[in-house]
Amino acid sequence: MHAGSNVSELAPRAVPRAGARHWATSARTGGLLALAATIAALPLVLVNNYFYEVAILVGLNAIVCVGLNLLIGYAGQISLGHAGFYALGGYGSAILSGTYGLPTVLSLVTATLAVGVVAYVVGRPTLRLKGHYLAMATLGLGVIVSIVLATEDRWTGGPDGMSVPPLALAGVVLQGERLWYAVVGVALLLAVWLALNLIDSPAGRALRALHGSETAARVLGIDAARHKLRVFVISALFAAGAGALTAHYAGFITPAKASFMHSVELVIMVVFGGMASVFGAVVGAAVLTTLPQLLTALKDYETMAFGAVLIATLVFLPQGIVPTLARRFARRRAGGRGER
Amino acid sequence: MTLLAVDDLSKAFGGVRAIDGVSFTIGRGAVHSIIGPNGAGKTTLLNLLTGLVEPDRGHIRLQGRELAGLPAHRFAAVGIGRTFQNLQVFFNMTALENVMTGRHLLERDALWATLVRARSLVRSEAATRERAHELLAQVGLADWADEMADAMPYGALKRLEIARALAAEPRLLLLDEPAAGLNATEAHDIDALIKQLAAEGTTVVLVEHNMKLVMGVSDHLLVLDQGRKLAEGTPQQIRDNAAVVEAYLGAVDAIGEGAHA
Repeated sequence: MHAGSNVSELAPRAVPRAGARHWATSARTGGLLALAATIAALPLVLVNNYFYEVAILVGLNAIVCVGLNLLIGYAGQISLGHAGFYALGGYGSAILSGTYGLPTVLSLVTATLAVGVVAYVVGRPTLRLKGHYLAMATLGLGVIVSIVLATEDRWTGGPDGMSVPPLALAGVVLQGERLWYAVVGVALLLAVWLALNLIDSPAGRALRALHGSETAARVLGIDAARHKLRVFVISALFAAGAGALTAHYAGFITPAKASFMHSVELVIMVVFGGMASVFGAVVGAAVLTTLPQLLTALKDYETMAFGAVLIATLVFLPQGIVPTLARRFARRRAGGRGER
Repeated sequence: MTLLAVDDLSKAFGGVRAIDGVSFTIGRGAVHSIIGPNGAGKTTLLNLLTGLVEPDRGHIRLQGRELAGLPAHRFAAVGIGRTFQNLQVFFNMTALENVMTGRHLLERDALWATLVRARSLVRSEAATRERAHELLAQVGLADWADEMADAMPYGALKRLEIARALAAEPRLLLLDEPAAGLNATEAHDIDALIKQLAAEGTTVVLVEHNMKLVMGVSDHLLVLDQGRKLAEGTPQQIRDNAAVVEAYLGAVDAIGEGAHA
């Protein structure tokens, strides 16, 4: 698989360079603050409910991408079934709350954790093998999930989908775009914080070490399979949590959420924004979620324009938007200093 | 007292018997060297002793505990560390991070503590960082701490690997040609470092071509030739061993030179 082999080559290079220690520490808190400020300030330009809807969708996709980026950018593995986890989270919470009357917060958490177990079961045997077996296993899982959701209409309502009860937090039913915007904003900040914590830890270092030299990492006692599995499960949890939130927000869910194309879209968002960059994942999700909305003005040419933007990005910003721009910025600063 | 016991260890790659029925023991403390001509199986032996290569047959026991057949990360867990002849530095990290990674097994890495950045984790990270700085200073790389590894010269990288291996606090440290490609001064530094480590109680196994270095620091030598044990003994015994001199042929002078040095 060509895309797969590219990942392992590109990923280690995408890790921040030059004075990484201080830079990473400041990027951690600085980046989080910048993201919080952006989320807080964005309502100034969200003039109507439609804008809010798009912003909420961006946030939910960003949560999935932040998790998926940990897997692709740091564990060097690709999942082609994250839409499956996303949909399982959504359907799981919908069925538990809608059919079985569980409180929605409880159903959301239960469904998310259950998806984590599914990911563990899929990842454990496949991540022991070298190569991109995980991509194949998750591809298969995604297809199975998608078929089951469409055919088990007793549970899922079949291809037409099913309605989902609204999310209730401590007895208060979450309604209205603004409130949802706040909830998703907080969830995204939480996801980014968790991801940054994971990267800036012995576990994160272990993952980078596996990229740098798997031989040396093993000799230092780093269990490659265990660390990859952990990241895979975390990324599935992020996807499932975001999927469940999406279902409760929309009040409706269809099997299309589990489609293979949706999985591919998620991978594209991560690669587009920049692998091994948490904020890159957020930017990738933001750009590729809003772009189709902007391109609707082009009517028939929408898909073509979307493709052109993707190709142009991969040609001119092959490391993804955020890492490429960050490096250019750093080089310009270094160059300026050199001239003086 | 025996730290490592290797018994009838064998490994073939295709038709080549890289290691063929080798047995030896390594006592605690002191410097043990493995020497032999190119292709004698020295590096394969180190790969076997660190679990990177699985033996076809034979035993590797560390303090009586069987290791043969276990994955590499389990070898590290019982206290075997090593450096590499062809550098295996993490070039995507700074020098400091390389050494910090060496302490992987000594650090907390409970998932929950990691995700919420628990105070215990922050504390253990700080301790790890401090220890890594000390180790860098010990190998003479204090000024390189925040440098990316891919910007460091070869001699510094050799020492960086030693610092990284030491970070794991190994009971048995395997050094694969630590002086290869170094100039005389740098080689002398390595020589001093090895003596210091041994004095501090680390058992060092040295694979080295530099005969002067080997004869100078070793307490005990194992000579390999074509995957087999050719001889074993003190530097003096090895120097006097006719079979060893014959296997080395052109290297006779090198051995002699070591004797006069």
